[in-house]
Amino acid sequence: MTGNVRGKGSEPFCAVVSRIVVFPQDNVDTDQIIPARFLKITDKAGVGTHLFEDLRRAPDGSLKQDFPLNMKENEGAAILLAGRNFGCGSSREHAPWALVGAGFRAVISTSFADIFKNNALKNGLLPVVVDAATWSALAAAASSRGQVRIDLQEQEVQWQGGNVVFAIDSFARTCLLEGTDELGYILSREGAIAAYEQRRERGGQS
Amino acid sequence: MAPHPARTLFDKLWQAHIVHEEPNAPTLLYVDLHLIHEVTSPQAFEGLRRRGLRVRRPERTVATVDHSIPTKRGPIQDVLAAGQISTLERNAREFGIALYGTDHPQRGIVHVIGPELGLTQPGMTIVCGDSHTSTHGAFGALAFGIGTSEVEHVFASQCLLQQKPRSCEVRIEGKLSPGVGAKDVILALLARIGVGGGTGSVFEYTGSVVRSFSMEERMTLCNMSIEGGARAGMVAPDDATYAYLAGRERVPAEFDSAVKKWNTYRTDDGASYDATIALDVTGLGPMVTFGTNPGMGAQITAAVPDPSGIADPAHRASFQKALEYMGLRPGTRLSGHPIDVVFIGSCTNSRINDLRQAAMVMRGKKVAPGVRVLVVPGSYAVKHEAEAEGLDRVFLDAGAEWREPGCSMCIAMNGDEVPAGKYAVSTSNRNFEGRQGKGSRTFLSSPFTAAASAVTGRLTDVRSML
Repeated sequence: MTGNVRGKGSEPFCAVVSRIVVFPQDNVDTDQIIPARFLKITDKAGVGTHLFEDLRRAPDGSLKQDFPLNMKENEGAAILLAGRNFGCGSSREHAPWALVGAGFRAVISTSFADIFKNNALKNGLLPVVVDAATWSALAAAASSRGQVRIDLQEQEVQWQGGNVVFAIDSFARTCLLEGTDELGYILSREGAIAAYEQRRERGGQS
Repeated sequence: MAPHPARTLFDKLWQAHIVHEEPNAPTLLYVDLHLIHEVTSPQAFEGLRRRGLRVRRPERTVATVDHSIPTKRGPIQDVLAAGQISTLERNAREFGIALYGTDHPQRGIVHVIGPELGLTQPGMTIVCGDSHTSTHGAFGALAFGIGTSEVEHVFASQCLLQQKPRSCEVRIEGKLSPGVGAKDVILALLARIGVGGGTGSVFEYTGSVVRSFSMEERMTLCNMSIEGGARAGMVAPDDATYAYLAGRERVPAEFDSAVKKWNTYRTDDGASYDATIALDVTGLGPMVTFGTNPGMGAQITAAVPDPSGIADPAHRASFQKALEYMGLRPGTRLSGHPIDVVFIGSCTNSRINDLRQAAMVMRGKKVAPGVRVLVVPGSYAVKHEAEAEGLDRVFLDAGAEWREPGCSMCIAMNGDEVPAGKYAVSTSNRNFEGRQGKGSRTFLSSPFTAAASAVTGRLTDVRSML
């Protein structure tokens, strides 16, 4: 399906095994994920160091000890268990760049905002949608400091005492598993693009 | 030949732009117009360079600077902002893209100048690395925000891979009171459906209220579709659309035959939507937000709601957190709450009609002592039109600041900020924590409400001043 690809995307995504960080707040917008003042860049370098900047830090710049990402036991975690409608608001792709830059490989929630989900998939960050019961079971697993495994091949989340199959668009899944990006696929359809443009020009449309 | 099945406006535009479809892959969709700005484009240009690619159809991309540009004339002090702007200038030159740059007489906010120049037209697919691209749907276009990877895809191929969203009719009926307009209507819709209520959908706004709206009001409505989570918002074109576009620089030379075609961009009788939301706006008062997302809004005459009555614990917790951030107690009346800053501007409300409404309220009056009022026109075209009508004098005489165009205090990337802990009444679109500056507290409102509040120094029901 993704043959004839020019250019590689992210590293192939097979499975991730990690502790999970629970950040249960609903409607976390991309301004919280990465505040706008950190968007004045022309590359992606360093954006991960400002992930959740204003939630993580007190006004004096010190780290808030009670913020989940700052807790010692959550260091190095690669899976975020987030509240509903995660990533709403702005289209800034800096949001998934920041999450990936800070070491995250997957976000689990009961729902995601559309643009964030699209952006995450293009950066090797797996958005996993689960139902409310699974969400609660994972939160419980996190509180007992268990490891969680997300297997993309099998489309399964596994934890101590449970497992659940999750749905993902098959195209996105293939791209992640192969580490290919969408642009390669699009460019391989050059014939169809040229034909469409010719059709439009003949039809007099601008 | 069998007659075409009845289709929605959205279906028609989607189908007309399908380049390629195959099993197990999203639709490859053609993009008619690609708008870009300095913040979400540099990494996409860099991606092209890395792959040795060119912009496939540079004439279909238009660039401007709006997000990080200062609204005061003179050299840009912020090194990072200056770097971002010069990077866009270099990229536009290198890849052959038209740029409405810093000193261009037609520069402005990307979602203001697209329609002004006549670039935005019915039936088009329009994308931009900016979630408020939904604004352009007011013209009967399918317009939505994309990420930077997708900006690169459009550069290289003029196409995007998209899963088809669901269609949702938002039918708005009733009679609006004087002083109540499109901004109040969209805030009322968001208060009802919440910030995730439109996820996965494209809204089509219908009904007598929408038909009676000017193009500026339709843009305000479509602009905030994304605040409900919708991919896009759209309004079928009509005579108001064509009257707005007639004579604009970039509209088709054969305008009348274009109008004939544009007239077919409407939902057929008997076509069905995946969902419908009906909103009756009779009796609606001016709306303001009290929380930290655009769905947390109420009529200005109401009191701050009490979260303890919310059954769902997660919902209750986020509500409590929002009130804590805003420093508001349940039961406090919204009307009369003291404010520190007023911002009139942004892609939601910086067009000439918005400024006329604000000026109508502020004419001959003074800004309340201790309140800072910033009026930022959406474009140079708006600025010049406002100055020709003497609106700048109204604002300046009242004690407000009259600035150069840009996104300004809506996103606070250019030095225009609300200080931490201070209250702003803002005609922009987002009241997220820190959106207007770290620690800023935002009440979203219409230009009428913002102007009335500027004069009194408190959240004010404009109906008492009209």
